[in-house]
Amino acid sequence: MGEILQPGAKAPDFTAPVTPDQKLSLNDLKGRRVILAFYPADWSPVCGDQMSLYNMVLPEFRKHGAELLGISVDGAWCHQAYARANQFHFPLIADFHPKGEIAKSYGAYRDSEGVAERALFILDETGHVIWSYLSPMAVNPGADGILDALERMPRLETTDV
Amino acid sequence: MSELRFPINEYDHVIGPSDAPVTLVEYGDYQCPHCQAAWPEVELVLRHFGRGLCYAYRHFPISTVHPLAKPAAEAAEFAGAHGLFWEMHSAIYANGHQLSATTLFALAAQLGLDAAELRNALEQGTYAAKVEADFLGGIRSGVNGTPCFFVNGERLDGAYDAMALSSAIETAANDVPSNVVRIPVA
Repeated sequence: MGEILQPGAKAPDFTAPVTPDQKLSLNDLKGRRVILAFYPADWSPVCGDQMSLYNMVLPEFRKHGAELLGISVDGAWCHQAYARANQFHFPLIADFHPKGEIAKSYGAYRDSEGVAERALFILDETGHVIWSYLSPMAVNPGADGILDALERMPRLETTDV
Repeated sequence: MSELRFPINEYDHVIGPSDAPVTLVEYGDYQCPHCQAAWPEVELVLRHFGRGLCYAYRHFPISTVHPLAKPAAEAAEFAGAHGLFWEMHSAIYANGHQLSATTLFALAAQLGLDAAELRNALEQGTYAAKVEADFLGGIRSGVNGTPCFFVNGERLDGAYDAMALSSAIETAANDVPSNVVRIPVA
């Protein structure tokens, strides 16, 4: 496996399903700060799994003007069931077909297991990576790194959230 | 990687002396089955280390998954305001398998707490800010699920049975040079 995209890199654009009948393009979020959270799979068998945790921290992310996108290789129907069961209030991108293409473009695909790594990226308003972090697959990285990085960014002039 | 940003302070519920050589901080969720399983293990550890350990419990309710976690945490805080935090805390964990609003009121009643006062505190969110502050502090320290333990400020990843906790505590105790004079912080 190579290295994940580092700060300074242009974030590769993508268009992929977020629900069975809706797609989302990264370009649509241009001008906004974006947190991309790649993770191996929906339905982790623990209570406070990574996406449930981020769902709880969403108001903090939004205070910093950042949108959160979760990404895994699970299909849109799987994402829909997972998001409904856990009442997620952010989109889950289906990196399903061609499988793992988005993860690969960020250097965050684990070929041996066919899933995305646990990798985090923060993109600035111009679509560049300003922070990235690769967590060991078995360790939920938490949200402290993301919040620290968002705090280091220049303050947003507008407060439209 | 993750470290406790907020050391044990006067707002915490604490067992053990503030100048103990090792601190153990737990972030927990009353409706989480893993936290329910962890509490008897923590009790064993507390008994084993006695005054050699300072333990604090903080709330980390994952409300979207566990709708009763926050009311339970607020009920424990309510009991705490009456000097009965640990009694309520133990009672909630012991009844985790049948946790409900009714259970919370029944447990409070067993401790002699006033039901109307508890109902009022839950409705008004009297203790919501304290619970929220615990949660946000946990997020900033890298709490990544529950239960989450910090031994002398360092996040413990992995098992949390009494053996695992004890061994982490002993390792931390041995890391402290014996010639260092400890000044109580609280």
